Amino acid sequence: MYVVAMANRMRMPALLGVLALLSFAAQSARAQIKIGAVTCLTGALSTFGVSSVQGAKLAVEEINAAGGTLGQPIQLIVEDNGSKAGETATIARKFISQDKVVAILGDLTSSATMEGAPLAQAAKIPLLTPSATNVAITKIGNYIFRSCFIDPFTGKIMAKFALDQLKAKQAIVMTDVKQDYSVGLTDAIRQYFTQNGAGISNALSYSSGDTDFRTQLTGVRMAHPDVVFLPGYYTEAALILLQAKQLGIKCPFVGGEGWDSPALVQVAGKAADGNYYTDHFSAADPDPRVQRFVQTYRAKYAALPDALAALWYDGARLLSQAVQRAGSTEAAKIRDALAETRDFEGVTGRISIDENRNAAKSGVILKIENGEPKMVQEVTP
Amino acid sequence: MDKLIEMLQQLVNGVSLGSIYALIALGYTMVYGVLRFINFAHGDIYMLGAYAGYLLAPLFAHTFKFGDFDTFTPENTLFILSGAGLVMILSMAICATIGVLIERIAYRPLRERPRLNVLITAIGVSLFLQNMTQYRLGANPRAFPQLIPVHVVEGLGNLTILTSQLAIILATIVLLIILRFVVMRTKIGLAMRALSLNPTACSIMGVNNDVVISFTFALGSALAAAAGILVSMDSPSINPLMGNLPGIKAFVAAVLGGIGNIPGAALGGLIIGILETLVVASGFPQWRDGIAFAVLIVILLFKPTGILGRVEREKV
Amino acid sequence: MSRSLLSLMLALVVCVGISFFGENFIASNFAYYYDILISIGVNIILATSLNLVNGYTGQFSLGHAGFMAIGAYASASWSNHLDPVIFGMLGGSESPVATNAAMFISTLFAGVLAAIAGFAVGVPSLRLKGDYLAIVTLGFGEIIRVAILNTDFLGASRGLSVAGTYTNLFWTYGSVVLCIYVVLSLVHSTYGRGFLTVRDDEVAAEAMGINTTKYKVVAFVVASFFAGVAGALYAHFKAFVTPEGFNFFRSVDVVVIVILGGMGSTIGVVLAAVLLTILPEVLRALAHTQFVPAAYQGLLENRLILYSLLLIILMLTRPQGLFGDGTAFKKWSRRSRVD
Repeated sequence: MYVVAMANRMRMPALLGVLALLSFAAQSARAQIKIGAVTCLTGALSTFGVSSVQGAKLAVEEINAAGGTLGQPIQLIVEDNGSKAGETATIARKFISQDKVVAILGDLTSSATMEGAPLAQAAKIPLLTPSATNVAITKIGNYIFRSCFIDPFTGKIMAKFALDQLKAKQAIVMTDVKQDYSVGLTDAIRQYFTQNGAGISNALSYSSGDTDFRTQLTGVRMAHPDVVFLPGYYTEAALILLQAKQLGIKCPFVGGEGWDSPALVQVAGKAADGNYYTDHFSAADPDPRVQRFVQTYRAKYAALPDALAALWYDGARLLSQAVQRAGSTEAAKIRDALAETRDFEGVTGRISIDENRNAAKSGVILKIENGEPKMVQEVTP
Repeated sequence: MDKLIEMLQQLVNGVSLGSIYALIALGYTMVYGVLRFINFAHGDIYMLGAYAGYLLAPLFAHTFKFGDFDTFTPENTLFILSGAGLVMILSMAICATIGVLIERIAYRPLRERPRLNVLITAIGVSLFLQNMTQYRLGANPRAFPQLIPVHVVEGLGNLTILTSQLAIILATIVLLIILRFVVMRTKIGLAMRALSLNPTACSIMGVNNDVVISFTFALGSALAAAAGILVSMDSPSINPLMGNLPGIKAFVAAVLGGIGNIPGAALGGLIIGILETLVVASGFPQWRDGIAFAVLIVILLFKPTGILGRVEREKV
Repeated sequence: MSRSLLSLMLALVVCVGISFFGENFIASNFAYYYDILISIGVNIILATSLNLVNGYTGQFSLGHAGFMAIGAYASASWSNHLDPVIFGMLGGSESPVATNAAMFISTLFAGVLAAIAGFAVGVPSLRLKGDYLAIVTLGFGEIIRVAILNTDFLGASRGLSVAGTYTNLFWTYGSVVLCIYVVLSLVHSTYGRGFLTVRDDEVAAEAMGINTTKYKVVAFVVASFFAGVAGALYAHFKAFVTPEGFNFFRSVDVVVIVILGGMGSTIGVVLAAVLLTILPEVLRALAHTQFVPAAYQGLLENRLILYSLLLIILMLTRPQGLFGDGTAFKKWSRRSRVD
């Protein structure tokens, strides 16, 4: 009786075990170049993850249609970290030990990449993150690369733009204290701004998730700065811009790539006009390469690509080009080829990997006019 | 004079915020009154109210010309208010139905069972609502359509009060008056009050407890939906997780005022709203969420029955 | 030596053996399964310790992840700053004696700190009953997380990298064995009687002169200790911790395991932990095969939707979980309300 009961209870676990084994068998090897992509397809950050995967998949499809890399098609194995901590480490282990990928593309956020990068480094598998901006990531080891610019660079171009183009002397910074990205940018902005003779008259803070910024904005209104730096994410930036306009604040706001989202203009409406932000990419860039990318992306996904889609598109292509240059799927050769990337022509600019394994590339400054971001300037390091 | 203006300003901000908490807290307190159960999923009804408004508004956008008006004028005020009011009432109706459905499906079968079951079920319902919305409508924030023109109210000098804040405060007052009328002057309100005192005696007296409980859920959910619409008029960004924090803070407000006590919930909401605004105004914006928890812990340690609550004797 | 103590020793020896002979082989060739194994161990510890509070003592705590966070960050900070000292004393960072000693000390530190936090949270909160206790523990869990988020020394929003990945099968399953041993020993002792009385009828217990607060606090502190240990193991395995990883949803994960396993049944909870740790990986594998139509794949991958449905269905149909006996629920039966 007990045995029967136990056997009954074992049914479900046994079934699950069989399914797991089946899936293991289903991933039998063929002559393909395996690249593992990890991002946040579900959970709180899912919209970002979906964009990134769409960009990467588009790139892989184009490469495979043109004959693949080293004569073989690329198999992009996409895994979801569910926007949860701890998952990326598990997925990295899966990529390394089970799928036996030649390289890892990911993760989207800095904290998730910080989990996976040490594992990739220890296993000597090259890892390329197209969108994580925390400086500490590439310091983990020589197998870790990044194809986007880092927070200090973004902060610098924000500050430089305000100084040179907006002729700002006094500024206020509003930092999202819950987000590492915002804190990092604030430090970089402050450093460059004050080093070049201008002053930060006030440092205000808020937290992601807040919806009411009127108290902080009253302080802004009374201080009359030339410009307000807002290095946060669009979720709060949209509301801040809206409430600033309602309170009658006239000075321009300058933000970073965290502003990049159609929701910014949707929520802020006319309040978004007249403000600036830096970004990796602009769908309005007249460069023919960018426009071709925008057309193919729109044809496939019925939407305009955002910066993340563009970054991951470039990241996937850069990785595959490195494999091509390496001439083999050996991890060490791919690593060296990655490190030697010079003047890679991407839709997010011309990318070269510098000695810290970060990307030296240009960014763009966008101004929102009539609800549309318009390119103002391209900024090279 | 400036200081006075600033204080008044913060007071208005606090009252506007507190009104939202009060509306949500009323739902918690009424359900607790009749069922002695904290509806964990109530904060998500608030979120669903906002989403209902988001989905309904485009249907009436043409008729009521949402977003076309820039300011309130004596001619268009009635027109604008009726448009916004219609969306709000419809959204309240939808959420009332959802509230009743949840009660029927998830809570009623467990009414005779130990309370831990239904508490866990409530957590499950809350997570389900949040994640299902996230799955179907995306996790990223959506822009709530502009139902009323939002601008600084004219004629108040240096005092910047927005029309949206005024709308929140006025709408809350109206809803509170209606609620008081329903609870104090109607038969169903009488039944609600009786049920919160003694359910067995109620059913002996011929009251259909199930109907009264469903009505309570409907009422509470409608108020939460109203709060969702009102807050979205002020901060037009909605996302599936927006009900979490306000839900917890409203719960604290209900406990603060005395759980089960309707005026207590409104009072608690106002106090929490004003406290939160004060904390931010004093320069500690990162503690704005923590203050509600701090109040909860203090209240539960020193006066668990709340400001207006009654001590309930537990007989064994 | 009592039989249970002998079993404990035997189990520990087995763990050492597996670790000694199989560790490197498994860790290098089957890293993915190794990850799952360690995660199972961590979840077992979390669930068994929470079961002591929720299941045996009948107190509904929703803040377990907060104590795990304290343990994780405490051991991470300890390792980051004090390991060089230990290595200096014991022969360098390569010596197994040194690394194991470092792991032991930092885990112990984590557990003790979490236990102290458990005491600090427990003494004021455990006076409260039922729903209120649930909300207050939730509140404390969030307060702990927000405090870490605002502390620059602990990495704040950037997260904290952990210096040494010392967690291995021995430490994980050794801790599992120890946790189960402690919980079962407590339950089968007079303390256990105390826990069960508090769960079944607190008023009668007080009337009989039993110090219910003492038993509640003991259960809470022991549970927090092991939550801290689990946190330390987690931190030294993933090598990177963020405050977001210890939020309310993490607590819910553990609560789901306890409820699925059956509150008050240690074996049930252990099995449920294994099941629910493997489940997401199975779902992940399923998503790659052709069995599931694409329209439903998103649902599969959305763990929280499945968990929330699981909670609701469990409560409606089988509230005692897989192995429980439902006594934990009886305490919460309605009393007739008398005026």
